Amino acid sequence: MARATALPVMKQKMGVPWLYLLPALIVMTIFIVYPMVNTVGLSFQNNDGTASAATTCREGEPCWGVMENYRYALTNELNTESVQTTWQSFWTSSYGNNIKWLLVMVTGTVGIGLIFAVLVDRIKREALAKAIIFMPMAISFVGAGVIWKFVYNYGTSQVQTGILNAIITGLGFEPVAWLSKVPLNTFMLIVVGIWMWTGFCMTLLSSAIKSIPEEIIEASRIDGATNFEIFSKIQVPIIAPTIIVVITTMVINVLKLFDIVYVMTGGNFGTNVIATRMYTEMYTNAQYGRGTAIAVILILFIIPFIVMNIRRFTKQEAMR
Amino acid sequence: MTTATLSKSLSKPRKNREPSNLGTGIGIVIILIIWLIPTIGLLVTSFRPLSLINTTGWWTALDVNNGPETAQHPDPNAGYVEKLSTRFTIDNYVDALTGYRGTGTYLEACASGIKPLGMNCNLTDLVNPRGMGRAFINSLFVTVPSTILPILVAMFAAYAFSWMDFKGRYAIFAILVGLQVVPIQMTLVPVLRMFAGMGINGTFPAVWLFHTGFGLPYAIYMLRNSMSTLPKDLFESAYLDGADHWQVFTKIVMPLITPAIASLAIFQFLWVWNDLLVSLVFLGGSKPVMTYQISNMVTSLGAGWHLLTAAAFLSMLLPMIVFFALQKYFVRGMMAGAVKG
Repeated sequence: MARATALPVMKQKMGVPWLYLLPALIVMTIFIVYPMVNTVGLSFQNNDGTASAATTCREGEPCWGVMENYRYALTNELNTESVQTTWQSFWTSSYGNNIKWLLVMVTGTVGIGLIFAVLVDRIKREALAKAIIFMPMAISFVGAGVIWKFVYNYGTSQVQTGILNAIITGLGFEPVAWLSKVPLNTFMLIVVGIWMWTGFCMTLLSSAIKSIPEEIIEASRIDGATNFEIFSKIQVPIIAPTIIVVITTMVINVLKLFDIVYVMTGGNFGTNVIATRMYTEMYTNAQYGRGTAIAVILILFIIPFIVMNIRRFTKQEAMR
Repeated sequence: MTTATLSKSLSKPRKNREPSNLGTGIGIVIILIIWLIPTIGLLVTSFRPLSLINTTGWWTALDVNNGPETAQHPDPNAGYVEKLSTRFTIDNYVDALTGYRGTGTYLEACASGIKPLGMNCNLTDLVNPRGMGRAFINSLFVTVPSTILPILVAMFAAYAFSWMDFKGRYAIFAILVGLQVVPIQMTLVPVLRMFAGMGINGTFPAVWLFHTGFGLPYAIYMLRNSMSTLPKDLFESAYLDGADHWQVFTKIVMPLITPAIASLAIFQFLWVWNDLLVSLVFLGGSKPVMTYQISNMVTSLGAGWHLLTAAAFLSMLLPMIVFFALQKYFVRGMMAGAVKG
């Protein structure tokens, strides 16, 4: 209760604060807290929540009893014939794909965002340049999906109307089916994600860079530091805390990502991620048990970040 | 201009600006071109007739002589502008808005006197359930209450969290900070079953309620942040004048946090407008919104680029206007709420 003592003395009848709070608390309990608990419960039950998940086991097949939905969620995409097939199938499973998304998209958005923030810091038309990079944030993932599907379009033998294949064939190469060729397609989807979210990273990083006192930069320049040295030895270390915040935000966003994959490939051709697989199990296959098990696995990945968020908040409050 | 607002909010004027070198300039321009080309491609394509979309690249749109025989201007000696004008059309937008799915165009079909299937050839076609016109209205119906409701509820809670004393004030708020990050997927199944029990799946109130619930943690968090930075003296002098919480809340706090409410409203509005998952699950085809309609078109009629590009651009229209007109608030709202849902 760091700030409680700082509150001004106000006439306050008993229970008045709860009148202000209750509507919000009730709605959040009904739509977030209760469903979360319920989701965990459902993940141990059969497809429509009428019996334990153990009843869905089939004879002669592996069974994890009440954890059966988790067995399905974790192993069904894997080809466990040998170590090698397991390894290979893991990298085209939704988990493997999510790891690719995490590595490439987080590096891409934060990296390009950081470089761009530093580059435009020195030009006159900074605001315009930033607005162009930020613009995709205003568009829906669905709209972005259409935009990029057209970029990746695979035409006929006579004509390529997708600009990427037009460039490729113009250079004398064969056109590529960007969205159905494994494992290339997942990376082409990640490009869309990078296109959309770089502006976000850039804006946060840019305001951090601008908060570095000009004198520090000036002093090091007088000492003969090059632009690159200023970037790598002064700017980046100083804004490191912001970089970490941006990275964690992006990790959370990538883990939850659904729309891009759903619109562009529907999760086909080995592009499924955790969120699209959850949707397929739950909605297309009406397997509530399996769907909720996947959701629980998803939140297990996110819980560390929830804890981090609360810790950061507690620290901020203590500093006020 | 609009971009000036972004610079004001993001950058302080800098002294001793290092003169930018050529390499930096070229690098920036290349990145910007890469960023813009996909959207320009969509925009140009949405104004081209189907026959040209499928036979020529959009980057050749200004070449008036390419494409198949049927797309050529009847008079080969016509002037450039004359020829160019026949190579652009708004038919795609008309077809997308009305939901026309025939082989020609809606206007041609209606002009021929034979009404296309399910069409009346008058203004009522704009609200044809298959079209983007109706989807636009549905999107508005979903978005406006889903923006107002959570903000309304959140204002009260945020006030309590910033200026009232009660037990568990800090603990409840810490939980709320954590709830912001909970993925939507974690709640879909139980809420779907709950709505099925209430019989409201596929109706607008279902999405309103869901968006209100999910919008609250972030809305409260953001409003509380701006409310708690108001000077304490304000509250103390109001107290000395005999004001109670309700008067302070409505007469002092609300007017002062209008900018924060604006940022929050824009963020929530766009979040709901651009959402696919929630509409997909709780509304589906019964009240198709724009994102739903487009994602349906992508999967069901793969190559209808003329409709897809026009429909996609229609769905981007409102967010774009908001972005360019209210950039300062927009960026602020986006920055604070990026991890929501």
